Amino acid sequence: MHMHKLEKMWLGIGVSMLAVFLVVLGVMTFSQGIAPPNEHVHHIDPTKVNETAPFDKPELKQIGDNEYEAVMVAYAFGYDPMEPMEVPAGATVHFKVTSSDVVHGFEIPGTNVNVMVTPGEVSQVTHTFNKPGEYLILCNEYCGIAHEMMKTTLVVK
Amino acid sequence: MTTTQTKPFDRKDGQLVLAHILFAFGALLIGGIAGMLQGMVKGGTITLPANIGYYELLTAHGVLMALIFTTYFIVGFLYSGVSQTLGGKLLPLTKKLGWIGYVLMSVGTLIGVVVILLGKASVLYTFYAPMKASPYFYIALALVVIGSWLSGFGIFYQYIQWKKSNKGKLSPLFGYMSVITMLLWQIATIGVALEVVVQLIPWSFGWVETVNVVLSRTLFWFFGHPLVYFWLLPAYICWYVIIPKIIGGKIFSDSLARMSFVLFLLFSIPVGFHHQLMEPGISHFWKYLQVVLTFMVVIPSLMTAFSLFATFELNGRSKGAKGLFGWVKVLPWKDVRFFAPFMGMLIFIPAGAGGLVNASNQMNAVVHNTLWVTGHFHLTVATSVALTFFGIVYWLIPVVTGRVLTPRMNRLGIIQTLIWCIGMFFMSGSMHTVGLLGSPRRTAYNTYDDHPDAVLWMPYHVAMAIGGIILFVGVVLIIYNIISLMRAPKGETEYPIGEVSEGSEPTPRFLENWKLWITLTVILIVIAYSIPIIDLIGNTTPGSPGYVTW
Repeated sequence: MHMHKLEKMWLGIGVSMLAVFLVVLGVMTFSQGIAPPNEHVHHIDPTKVNETAPFDKPELKQIGDNEYEAVMVAYAFGYDPMEPMEVPAGATVHFKVTSSDVVHGFEIPGTNVNVMVTPGEVSQVTHTFNKPGEYLILCNEYCGIAHEMMKTTLVVK
Repeated sequence: MTTTQTKPFDRKDGQLVLAHILFAFGALLIGGIAGMLQGMVKGGTITLPANIGYYELLTAHGVLMALIFTTYFIVGFLYSGVSQTLGGKLLPLTKKLGWIGYVLMSVGTLIGVVVILLGKASVLYTFYAPMKASPYFYIALALVVIGSWLSGFGIFYQYIQWKKSNKGKLSPLFGYMSVITMLLWQIATIGVALEVVVQLIPWSFGWVETVNVVLSRTLFWFFGHPLVYFWLLPAYICWYVIIPKIIGGKIFSDSLARMSFVLFLLFSIPVGFHHQLMEPGISHFWKYLQVVLTFMVVIPSLMTAFSLFATFELNGRSKGAKGLFGWVKVLPWKDVRFFAPFMGMLIFIPAGAGGLVNASNQMNAVVHNTLWVTGHFHLTVATSVALTFFGIVYWLIPVVTGRVLTPRMNRLGIIQTLIWCIGMFFMSGSMHTVGLLGSPRRTAYNTYDDHPDAVLWMPYHVAMAIGGIILFVGVVLIIYNIISLMRAPKGETEYPIGEVSEGSEPTPRFLENWKLWITLTVILIVIAYSIPIIDLIGNTTPGSPGYVTW
């Protein structure tokens, strides 16, 4: 198939840029672990979330030196634990979230924390909170009539 | 405008085309009202009367705009070009399939709209399980899809018959592109048909207790991404085949145009995981593989950009334009049939760049489910595609009704295009910006207890509402223009089909080797989807019961 010389150059430059871009993306994903959240970690019966550990006791607990695990349940229309969570500045928080009903979102504006919470699966995402402040945690996947009310907060002191 | 003594468009075919176009714009009007009201609620300027819900409006807006307006317009437009280029009129069977498809789609649309307005299906147009709508909502969607299949079969039949009676000849470019568009649609809708018929309808009737949520989402996005190319390809047909004729030029290269369509067929289906990057249940490897396949559509997009601007430049130079950019001046800026699609092309550049951000697996974490995404597809489908469709109307309605475009309507068309661009600048611009700040999409008015982040979003939401009101003025004006076109002076308008430039090489035959392209498409789908889907079906995750949360 005939191609104009200029078109060959145009496509050549475009395709090379694309190749470089995809290689960078791949290297970051697989060797540096800068990947979208969570592989298939474990399943959970979505109708029995409240009786399945660790989701029977949703809580924030310290698991190391300034390292925390936040076990959370998303439901229409809120998150458990219901009371605001508090961590010191510089804390690394490992979120473990599942849903006890429909699909929800889990987004913390101002950070890269942004995952889907689907029933039957456990979503995991980690973030280090260096700046003190009150962080909003909100649902960004439509989940019903009061979807816009679904939120909680994380206070970094 | 140009009136010549060519063979007039078949009147009976014209009725079928017109029925589709008018239904499409009826949907645009109702969807537009819903869209404007939503914008005003979100901006905090109005509250809806107690019995209308924000999410009901949002569902109606999404279904009517993204599924009904587009599908009707596309079927109508493709049938017009198929009638024009593949034999001069539709074959009896093609016409029959077209009408049966039209009736099925219309019955489906009416049932769907009633169920949505009754508040039985506020699940948005993505209807993610385990939110459970009325079974009649899913049946309505299935009817729309089946109707569109019949219309697609009509196009295939006409094409096959044309090939039989024109043995050894290269098919006309419009016909070829219509076949690819419908082939893409038929393959892609298999995913959503399986989801709706096998999973959702039995579950919604209560015949089965639970649904596999991640599988349903995967089947949805198997369809959901090629859906956007189903919107885009007819706009590309206009850009490749119609626009060269309107500007008085030639098609730059027939074979490259066909090649780019083939690449869209190959690379728009095995890519749905890039809509599911942020969810559990699918491994990094398959997500990354589909991200790579997603980016392959960059190649036909670059080819298209080159071809279109080559057509413009060659045409300008043949008219004596001098200098590096002299050809820009000789383009017919005052002809709405060129101006509206051209603004669509121009806006496709930032729109496509935003799409690259969405599909990149790390950057997606910043924008996923924020208003950035809404801003993105309001540039792609609601501007690039919609403006191209609007531009088509100004010659298509005159062609099929035996009328002519008047200078007054042409001027109103230019004004309509400008209103649309200005409205979209405010609306989509604010959506992009506030999305980067984290404001979630598909969310009614709330300031999250006046959280400082959310309060900061408010001015952008107000700007979105202002953009939405401007766009609604644009909707009213295009409806007015269509009514005027229906009452325009009688006369014959030529169907603008571009010719290939003399300098271009003959088209290689392998481009019409359908067995080859369909096989490659299937192989790519199998590579990208079979293992993850087997994994999803075979896994032991208990299913979800249904919930009505609205």
